[in-house]
Amino acid sequence: MNLLTPGRRPLSRSWLAGLAAVTLGASALFGPAHAAAPATDEVMTTGLAVTDDTVNVGILHSLTGTMAISETGSIQAEKLAIKQINEQGGILGRQIEYTVEDGASDWPTFAEKARKLLQGDKVATVFGCWTSASRKAVLPVFEQNNGLLYYPTFYEGLEQSKNVFYTGQEATQQILAALNWANEELGAKSFYLVGSDYIWPRTSMKIARTHIEKHLGGRVVGEDYYPLGNTQFGSLINKIKLKRPDLVFAAVVGGSNVAWFKQLKAAGMTAKRQPMLTISVTEDEVLGIGKQNVEGFYSSMKYFQSLDIPSNKEFVEAFKAEYGDDAVIGDVTESAYLGPWLWKRAVEKAGSFDVDKVVAASDNMEWKEGMPHGYTKVDPNHHLWMRTRIGQWQNDGQAKVVWESDVIEPNPFPEGY
Amino acid sequence: MGDFTAQELTAIFVMQGFSGLSLFCVFLLMALGLAIIFGQMGVINMAHGEFLTLGAYITYLVSYQASEWGATALTWYFPVAIVAAFAGTFALGYLVERFMIRYLYNRPLDTLLATWGLGLILQQVYRSTFGPREKTVTMPDWLLGSYRATDMIDIPLNGLFILVITLVLTVALFALLYRSRWGIKVRATTQNRSMANAAGINTDRVDRLTFALGCGIAGVAGAAFTTIASTGPTTGSLYIVDTFLVVVFGGAASLLGTVVSAFGIAQSQSILSFFWSGSMAKVFTLLTVVVTLMLRPQGLFASKVRR
Repeated sequence: MNLLTPGRRPLSRSWLAGLAAVTLGASALFGPAHAAAPATDEVMTTGLAVTDDTVNVGILHSLTGTMAISETGSIQAEKLAIKQINEQGGILGRQIEYTVEDGASDWPTFAEKARKLLQGDKVATVFGCWTSASRKAVLPVFEQNNGLLYYPTFYEGLEQSKNVFYTGQEATQQILAALNWANEELGAKSFYLVGSDYIWPRTSMKIARTHIEKHLGGRVVGEDYYPLGNTQFGSLINKIKLKRPDLVFAAVVGGSNVAWFKQLKAAGMTAKRQPMLTISVTEDEVLGIGKQNVEGFYSSMKYFQSLDIPSNKEFVEAFKAEYGDDAVIGDVTESAYLGPWLWKRAVEKAGSFDVDKVVAASDNMEWKEGMPHGYTKVDPNHHLWMRTRIGQWQNDGQAKVVWESDVIEPNPFPEGY
Repeated sequence: MGDFTAQELTAIFVMQGFSGLSLFCVFLLMALGLAIIFGQMGVINMAHGEFLTLGAYITYLVSYQASEWGATALTWYFPVAIVAAFAGTFALGYLVERFMIRYLYNRPLDTLLATWGLGLILQQVYRSTFGPREKTVTMPDWLLGSYRATDMIDIPLNGLFILVITLVLTVALFALLYRSRWGIKVRATTQNRSMANAAGINTDRVDRLTFALGCGIAGVAGAAFTTIASTGPTTGSLYIVDTFLVVVFGGAASLLGTVVSAFGIAQSQSILSFFWSGSMAKVFTLLTVVVTLMLRPQGLFASKVRR
């Protein structure tokens, strides 16, 4: 906070304000102080919803419809982060207020609500979206209105925008390290790829297949996609039994995911008999699938609730204090939690809420610690540098981290894949 | 498939046969309730999937209660859950007929919209009551895992369980419709409503019970499906399309048609997705259904009814 820089205040108030700045500046050394915030016209020149003591931001997720199941955790995390920031004195002396809009699992609705947030509410930034489809729908709105979006989900990559920060992993970060691990630690040579039939699993599997065939010298013995919402995997399971791959690599999502694991279990395909690595199961999904059904299988994520990092312990504790002891935190929930903190640091570094300045200030911001998943750095391509971890699901519904990569550079446009 | 032994191929053949059979059971369970409502009453119930979901949630509640009571309760709660699911959805169906559907008879498009709206309302009620996240129904041990007939052959226990439920329910339903007094009344109402009225049958009451029964069966299906798939606010929407497909393909007013159509669709789906990918199997199955319906709009089994 830039407390001691004299501002362009009206003359009659400068005396008092100066006095206040000195006393409050002193108190800022010991505790939060937000009364001495820099004047609004200094920190915002583009008509955003910033007043002398508040700043309004948007939260845009599905509260209703099929995606509500997944997006609930993200909303909780974003609200928690905002609450914590406010308790620490807010941003540039301003308390964050938020406007929540419901994208209703419907992509045109997402675009409409994004427009409303940016043009009507003039929010300083938006935390939101979950599926790639919703992100693609709002992207032109954010670019036209020069808005700012923090997007939490791990996704397929192949995208980069000045107006979006991607706080989850892009496909290569999540997949390549995981496959290398499977190859080295499990000795996996033959792979069976399974996914739900839409862009994220298809792109991910394309990357996986190339990596397996070109770089690992392995074989893909089968590749199958099932429509979203499919609940019958009997035939697929039989095919896998017949092909006996060293590893099943899966990206099945939503209600299908639950059916997939239940039917694997019912078909006697336990983790011992058929190792499987998924990129679509977090603690959130385990809640629906049932811990008895996922035990022993692997997930590749940047974050697990069980991570033994001090800042994660604090995060989990705060999250449970807010939402109850039964609350679980999945990878995307943690990514959503990062959004407000990334934005706070960038705004304070820029000394301004203006989108262009915030974006410019974000480049190469670095957290050695403090983030629940550990080391973080914002790449100029708006993705994050972070580690990838392999977790093995235990009978208590938590993952045990069995392997951890080095910090991986985000590469949303991989060459040769 | 040259590099597989005869033993392996036999094993796959058996397991594949069984997976087709359990898919058939799932389709039939989904469709039975709708077949009664749609076939006998001509009501297009778009909220059918949500009745199914209600059955699943009731099962969840019973399993939750059972896990509070301890291990013995957890082992044997499932039959109780099925009865509770039937009772709960039957009651809701009764109320829905009494306060909504009865005002909309002979207006198929309006029932379609009204029941779809009801479906949305129910989804949101589930979301507000149980939260948007999926719930795990704790399975008793005897429903988990598989029966290993030989070293290669695994028969899923939950598949067997659904098979039994489907059998019992189908037989009971046929008996009810074709061997009981109530069944005669239902069929009389379907065939000629005013004549049935004149003969002293209270057709309003018959309608109400038929609708409630259809919903009750959906509830049982929902309870059974907790063993194989998810329990969330929008679970019902996973099933609704396939359900209509089965009923329409089979011929709306024929229960036998529903059985045959469920079998046909399930087997083709199951066999095709063994040789192709799941999405392609679906495409091909849908194409077959579309072409068949173009050539034979009344479905596989048409009943000769004077409308």
